[in-house]
Amino acid sequence: MKEIVIISGKGGTGKTSVTAAFAVLGGSSIVVADCDVDAADMHLLLQPVVKKEEDFYSGFGAVIDYNKCVSCGLCANICRYHALSWEDGKYKVSGLACEGCGYCARVCPSEAISMVELNVGKLFISDTKVDSIMVHARLRSGADNSGKLVAKVKQEARQIAEATAKEFVVVDGSPGIGCPVVSSLSGADFVVLVTEPTVSGLHDLKRVSELVAKFHIPAGCIINKADINHAVTQKVESFLSQNNIVHIGNLPYDETFTKAMTIGQTIIEYQDEDLAALLKANWEQIKQLSTKERT
Amino acid sequence: MKIAFTAKGTGWDSAIDPRLGRTEYILLYDEDKDTLSAIDNRDIEGVAHGAGTKTAQLLYEMNPDILITGNGPGNNAASVLKQTSMKIYVGAGDMTAKSAYDAYKKNELKEF
Amino acid sequence: MKVTIASGKGGTGKTTLSTNLAMYMAQQQAVVLCDLDVEEPNSGLFIQGKQIHQQKKFKRIPQWNKAACILCGNCQEVCNFHAVLKLGERVMVFPELCHSCYACSELCPVNALPMQPIPMGELKHSAAGKLSFVDARLDIGQEQAVPLIAQTLDYVDSKFDSTFLKLYDAPPGTSCPVIEATKSADLVLLITEPTPFGLHDLKLTIDTMRELKKDFAVIINRYGIGNDDVLTYCAAEGIKVLAKLPNERKIAELYSRGELIYPQVPEFAKQLKLIADFIVSKQRHSA
Repeated sequence: MKEIVIISGKGGTGKTSVTAAFAVLGGSSIVVADCDVDAADMHLLLQPVVKKEEDFYSGFGAVIDYNKCVSCGLCANICRYHALSWEDGKYKVSGLACEGCGYCARVCPSEAISMVELNVGKLFISDTKVDSIMVHARLRSGADNSGKLVAKVKQEARQIAEATAKEFVVVDGSPGIGCPVVSSLSGADFVVLVTEPTVSGLHDLKRVSELVAKFHIPAGCIINKADINHAVTQKVESFLSQNNIVHIGNLPYDETFTKAMTIGQTIIEYQDEDLAALLKANWEQIKQLSTKERT
Repeated sequence: MKIAFTAKGTGWDSAIDPRLGRTEYILLYDEDKDTLSAIDNRDIEGVAHGAGTKTAQLLYEMNPDILITGNGPGNNAASVLKQTSMKIYVGAGDMTAKSAYDAYKKNELKEF
Repeated sequence: MKVTIASGKGGTGKTTLSTNLAMYMAQQQAVVLCDLDVEEPNSGLFIQGKQIHQQKKFKRIPQWNKAACILCGNCQEVCNFHAVLKLGERVMVFPELCHSCYACSELCPVNALPMQPIPMGELKHSAAGKLSFVDARLDIGQEQAVPLIAQTLDYVDSKFDSTFLKLYDAPPGTSCPVIEATKSADLVLLITEPTPFGLHDLKLTIDTMRELKKDFAVIINRYGIGNDDVLTYCAAEGIKVLAKLPNERKIAELYSRGELIYPQVPEFAKQLKLIADFIVSKQRHSA
């Protein structure tokens, strides 16, 4: 079983549309994991039917037991996040401001504060419309994605893939360059970078590929909307060859992607033969690259 | 020589866990005594951030001569392990502990 | 007046809108545009001005004083983020993991972990005519956006009085950085695309705005592609749709080169005026 992770750094490059197309091409031979939990949109294209769901806990928040609280105000004094304030005759915790450091709980003289694990969202295991299993999650509003949540989504997907002898786990990775994307990359056999030829796209590609290189994971790149700016596309291509990243292929700027998405379909189902052929070729190449022995 | 592995189980036939920070088990093989022991690291699943440093600290305390893993440590974990003389070999993510050990003996693993 | 421009998902045109709106409105009044997307601040690529100030921004982290330390391990015990570790005879601090909560420092029995400033990013302030521009960029390897966003907001508050219209370009998403970027705003403009992805992420952002009790309105980008579901949803929820920015390939091309849109795309300019007029009417109302 091989794990293929698709990431982009910058938002709006078409990463999810491309990933969903691969998920359709892979069909029942793969398990899909959506780790882009801040903007978890892949379910809109794969229309999963939820088979199993569970609450997900991550991080901590302070909770005050008013039977014990003596209103001394020490907690509010030491909190650097201004998460504790005097309101309506008592000290209250602002859930949005609390970072879960636990300092207040440690110093409270009457042991009135406890740190409780936060329910940040739900984890789902579902059947997709293409006869594959998908693991995905939904965060509560204001909750942060974390390495822990990403690791959990991936682990569930890997376990299912191993138990049912699937060939691939295809992961829609987290954006940015922080902890969740590190966790998305961890354990991957191959990384696909989806970028666009814009000044910001190139900038973000460089940042995220530094991270990939650090993990010694072989990588390839798809340049989406490649025809929108040939000069920048050339810059992206030369960056790829200098950094030992396989240039998997280019996709044109094409509103068909959006049209297909609007009716809940991937490009493969939308019957645009040219685009579908490009994506098929990309997917075949990615499969080959990910199963190649590492040198 | 003491050799540690990041692994998904407790025996020689367990798969290597390619992750360092979030590895499920750490196996420790003592070549002189020919004994294999396992440390359960599955509590790490509950850690939201900083799994890398936490597991690296455990490895620091175990202090093996060699560590065999998959992807290799991230920046923070690497700076913890730098405090030791431990040599780290990566690229064993697809192997079992046994085959990773054989590959290491044949000099087939890459040093981090 | 403070106006924050936000979006649920990335790549919906947030930077395009904020840079064009700022330049457009600065033809009439004093405007400061502040890019709070500190992980990937891209607004600066579209605005040419003269730099007038630049400063490093710092966060405070504990620094180990070996001579004072008695190796009791309390610091490691109290750190919930695994940012302080006792390794044998030494204590290591991991700046990227540290949330600057001060617990290890203030609970150390021998004061061996005093808090010291370390650089986390850089703030830049430039000006072009009536437009001032402030952005901040996290240093590579720094992960926590919120402290830098907070300091950048403080900087803008201290340098620009209420005669300035303040526009903030927020980071994408609905998590802590976005909340920090919107919490002092008088008005939040939510930009989205008329697609299922756009609508899904818009709903999440609207939930967050309602939780924060914010005054907000929606702007649809790439109008004409996709479907009418965003319009239908907003109508049903009683949410004002301020403008519909057109869907044109030319806009994508101009953006890819880092150029302004409204001088070259008339329909875009027309829609931008609707937004500007709305902001001006709000300003009059609050004055």
